Amino acid sequence: MLFKSALAGATMLASAVLGTSVASATTVGFSQIGSESGWRAAETTVTKKEAEKRGIDLKFADAQQKQENQIKAIRSFIAQGVDAILVAPVVETGWDSVLEEAKDAEIPVILLDRTIKASDDLYLTAVTSDQVHEGKVAGNWLVEAVGNKDCNIVELQGTTGSSPAIARKKGFEEAIAGSENLEIIRSQTGDFTRTKGKEVMESFLKAEDGGKNICALYAHNDDMALGAIQAIKEAGLKPGEDILVVSIDAVPDIFKALAAGEANATVELTPNMAGPAFDILEAYLADGTTPEKWIQTESKLFTQADDPMAVYEEKKDLGY
Amino acid sequence: MNAETLGAVRRFLPQIVALFAILAINTAVFPGFLDITVQNDRFYGSLIDILNRGAPVALLAIGMTLVIATKGIDLSVGAVMAICGAVAASGVAGGGSVAMAVTTALVVGVACGAWNGMLVAMLGIQPIVATLILMVAGRGIAQLITEGVILTFNNEGLAFFGSGSIFALPVPVLLWIGMGVLVAFVVRRTALGLLIEAIGVNRRAATLSGVNSHVLLITVYMISGLCAAIAGVIAAADIRGADANNAGLWLELDAILAVVIGGTSLLGGRFTLLGSLIGAMIIQSINTGILSSGFPPEFNLIIKAVIILLILVIQSPALRTFVVFWRGPKEEVFDKEQSAP
Repeated sequence: MLFKSALAGATMLASAVLGTSVASATTVGFSQIGSESGWRAAETTVTKKEAEKRGIDLKFADAQQKQENQIKAIRSFIAQGVDAILVAPVVETGWDSVLEEAKDAEIPVILLDRTIKASDDLYLTAVTSDQVHEGKVAGNWLVEAVGNKDCNIVELQGTTGSSPAIARKKGFEEAIAGSENLEIIRSQTGDFTRTKGKEVMESFLKAEDGGKNICALYAHNDDMALGAIQAIKEAGLKPGEDILVVSIDAVPDIFKALAAGEANATVELTPNMAGPAFDILEAYLADGTTPEKWIQTESKLFTQADDPMAVYEEKKDLGY
Repeated sequence: MNAETLGAVRRFLPQIVALFAILAINTAVFPGFLDITVQNDRFYGSLIDILNRGAPVALLAIGMTLVIATKGIDLSVGAVMAICGAVAASGVAGGGSVAMAVTTALVVGVACGAWNGMLVAMLGIQPIVATLILMVAGRGIAQLITEGVILTFNNEGLAFFGSGSIFALPVPVLLWIGMGVLVAFVVRRTALGLLIEAIGVNRRAATLSGVNSHVLLITVYMISGLCAAIAGVIAAADIRGADANNAGLWLELDAILAVVIGGTSLLGGRFTLLGSLIGAMIIQSINTGILSSGFPPEFNLIIKAVIILLILVIQSPALRTFVVFWRGPKEEVFDKEQSAP
């Protein structure tokens, strides 16, 4: 009995000693959705890099698009006694009980890139981009770029009904609403793909007097813009000059187009959601600073003036 | 017009009427639809777009027609497109020659077809299940080849297959017409077509009559794989990049639809390559028409579905019987009744 409690005491002491040494090297569990898109692969790479930079011990779990895998991963993080958990939730609902468990274990949870429908005391904060804002940034750039000239815009929408397509359309429309010289004359879905972007742009060009009637293209993602750029070139026009091209996402390939003068601007959907999350976490673990419930990442605008080739070199190995 | 062409026209009357009706509607909605001009030394216009954009489905439909004639189906063609596009793109991106990259892609396509054919012919797995395996696994294979990214290339030689032109016509158009003529010539000027139909009608009877159904079935799936490979190279060349996630996505369904609209029965037997190609052009005319019409994209799928439903209703045996009953042999029936004692 005495021996047992002595042993227990020793274990406690040991864990306390170990605990202090762990506190300097924070352990964070990260439950990622999967790698369904280039952007998500880049997010994973950046998260790992950010953790390494800060000396954080990152435990990574790929859920392969399944919520039950994410819940399992979170439970195992709790069992391992991590200092914090990052989750990119695959769906919006069904998180209450597992987050309750994390709360009981006093482990802060930060949501990355997407939000959930649950009581907001179950997580510390959510770090996401604002897609309406992304559309606005693109629209504001175009309003400034054309000035007082009349400008007919064609729009390549994302997959019909998808939330980024709805939000990016809304934001862009809000941004150009105040300028009467700007008008969206055609809008059609390009399903976020290069092939469809090219095909739809071809039909826009035919329908609008061989493209002479079009002053700018707004695409909900870079891939569609890249397809459309080829359609514009094949129609004998100069993308970037005859038709301005603005899109969203900032994938590496669009920077090549920017460098070649074939695209004009892109708005970044940053893959670095973990950086701000780690900053918040450090402050919280150090002195209990509670952050806002929603942290909006920066929607940075890149143009031809931002040394696109340098950005390309930076981005090309992120796994996009 | 000689008797043979007249017969062909009569046989494909519903398809031809449907095609012209769609083109007429497109022209009504968008007046410049039929304009063809020459720009950058090549034909330019919506009609050319239909021929050009319809190339992948037309190519897939050629192979699909033969497969369906054997009472089979090939669901893997979309995924095979993605694999072959990835192979071609990685070939040139790795510094290989265009000829080498394209040849490898075609060989891989044929190998994919041989795999399907062996599952169907040797192991006797139902075609829909056998080809489903590659349909699912194929995109994974393509993603492995592209390492999960859109593999882009700057090789003018390979891009030529997608956006180049010969005699002012886009290369994809020449490829699908050439492939169609070649396959039609081979199956119709030899007994091959007849043997394929024999397998589709009754495989056991055909085998017992001395048709080597194993070899023939595998060959048919290999042709389908080859067609998918050409379509895959075109798709990758078109956007100068291999998109493993989206290249050829759902195109197997469009190809099957093209075959059905063309008048080949899914129950196997009699087939028509020309009909399938017209079917592919009907589908693309609808797609291009919707794009140039300027309707909001929410309507795309509904418009397409309604038009295809109409075409299939017009072609349905039930309606044909009804028309025959209502109009044609009415007098004949009457005569018979009269002559009865």
